[in-house]
Amino acid sequence: MNLLNYTLKYLAFALFGIISVWAVIFYVNMLDEVYDSLDDGLDNYKLLIIEKVDKDSTTLSRTEFAEGNYEIREIPENAALKIKDVHKDTLMYMQFEEDLEPVRILTTAFKNREKYYELKVISSMVEEDDLIEDLFYSLVWLYIAMLISILIVNNFLLKKVWKPFYVLVNQLKEFRLGKNQFIEPVETNVKEFKVLNESVISLVNHTLETYSSQKQFIENASHELQTPIAISINRLELLAEKSEMTEANLETIGQVIQTLERMTRLNKSLLLLSKIENRQFEETETVSVNKIFDDLKEEFSDFAEYKDITISIDEKSQLNAVMQKDLASILISNLIKNAVVHNHTSGTVDIEISNSYFEISNSGTAIALDKEKIFRRFHKDSGDKNNTGLGLAIVKAIVDLYGLKIDYSFDGMHRVKVWF
Amino acid sequence: MKLLIIEDEPDLLEVIQQSLQIENFLVETAGDYHSALDKIISFDYDCILLDIMLPGGNGLDLLQELKNLNKSDNVIIISAKDSLDDKLKGLNLGADDYLTKPFHMAELTARVKSVLRRKSFQGKILIEIGNLKLDPDERSLLIDNQPLLLNRKEFDILTYMIVNKNRLVNKTSLAEHVWGDHMDQADDYEFIYSQIKNLRKKLKDHHAAVEIQAVYGIGYKLVQV
Repeated sequence: MNLLNYTLKYLAFALFGIISVWAVIFYVNMLDEVYDSLDDGLDNYKLLIIEKVDKDSTTLSRTEFAEGNYEIREIPENAALKIKDVHKDTLMYMQFEEDLEPVRILTTAFKNREKYYELKVISSMVEEDDLIEDLFYSLVWLYIAMLISILIVNNFLLKKVWKPFYVLVNQLKEFRLGKNQFIEPVETNVKEFKVLNESVISLVNHTLETYSSQKQFIENASHELQTPIAISINRLELLAEKSEMTEANLETIGQVIQTLERMTRLNKSLLLLSKIENRQFEETETVSVNKIFDDLKEEFSDFAEYKDITISIDEKSQLNAVMQKDLASILISNLIKNAVVHNHTSGTVDIEISNSYFEISNSGTAIALDKEKIFRRFHKDSGDKNNTGLGLAIVKAIVDLYGLKIDYSFDGMHRVKVWF
Repeated sequence: MKLLIIEDEPDLLEVIQQSLQIENFLVETAGDYHSALDKIISFDYDCILLDIMLPGGNGLDLLQELKNLNKSDNVIIISAKDSLDDKLKGLNLGADDYLTKPFHMAELTARVKSVLRRKSFQGKILIEIGNLKLDPDERSLLIDNQPLLLNRKEFDILTYMIVNKNRLVNKTSLAEHVWGDHMDQADDYEFIYSQIKNLRKKLKDHHAAVEIQAVYGIGYKLVQV
């Protein structure tokens, strides 16, 4: 439910209450006024009748309402003296309506030529049920009309008023860290939106700054680590060359070197990853994906042969891409390396190149990998200590950098497809 | 052969110095721009290893200085920055090679020897060891003056091992030199072993006076027998 309709919901309840209360008060007041006016009329009529009776005594014989709207009856004095002017509602048969209809009746007494008479004057009255019904329907229509007009005002006016807000929100919705995006400030004269504008922009800028310095930090840290690690390896190699080394010592040195080399690889991958994310590979050129595959197949031939793995390339078409050359090589070599490393002996790696994608499928474990996780950093499916868990993260970073698409599927073969 | 290492990182400087001294080079060092400039002006070196980022100045300026002094010392730039721009600038200013830090000592030794060989003998020299004669440019090998055919990788391995003879060559260094950067983290480089095995067999069959020994867990060593 959006803000406009949300306010409408509450307005609808509020209006309902207000109109209901208002209706009751209005009804009571109006009825009061109607009675007041009727009673004044009846009082006036009473005086006119009494005056008329004074001049024309025949009127005294009107003991039935009949076609007139008063009746006069003679009553004893003591009864007459007890009568006070009383206005009250009563029902009377109306020929026109063929029903009992409410009338207002004034009962009073007067004295004429030493005789006492009771006078009843009637006046037809508002039909309360009709009045309530009419009032109810007009109020219902008023209510609906108000809701509709609020809805219209909301949708046209408020939408316009809230536009800066929605523009900002839509930008925030699209905003992703590391995608090199900025938030455009929106034009507005509304103070609240200006504050929102400024807060959002300063928040985003601060976040971008922090993010970029974090990335820079990772890059600097891995860069700084390179030399000390390399020196350690160098020193160990020099130590291993000393003639007094026993075989057991050499073995230990070898193990330490291997561990340090793992660290070197990890560090190198991390450095590469942050360089890609920091967009330090700017120069692009048109590279032939087919040629890269051919070259890499040759480079990997010894390794594949050692594991007795057959690499075959099915070139359906030429595939060119505008990329930084080294990154294109790294993208493809990481995928081939994975296809070979995570293969079983005597397995196959089949490569298909079309004009819009390439697909690398390889035999290997019989279980599908978790496609949500494989591109994550440091995600390892195998316990192989030489696996940094960054190979596919690098692939993903390159794919993202150039707006390519990558997908993993499993149908007995592990298939990785990259669309250009 | 007299070498000068210009490098501001004392640890790295020491390691390079030790490694090159084992190769019987005479090694001098400079840790900053000004002491390097002094040495360049005062002495002649067969090869200078030059770091670009130096306290007190830029290594590329030293290169320019060498050019101005009309000195033909061989220069190998060693830089932490993998920047194509620096590389081109350096090579244009007359540097002979460019090595990105960090590097393997065996690789450095190979580059230094290659530069020295090319400059001193116009690249026409054969590398001789025992009964082997290896021509790195023609990519040919003679054993007792009989040609022995090696495939590309076997030849590269043998050259690298011979240049680093009697030295321990780390298998990572060997893999990177022969197979390139893409092979890192590939199953502990066990695939190298099959190539070495083939090479050993060929050398043995032709009675080569060298032997490639495995150094457990670390790499290989080529020795004369």
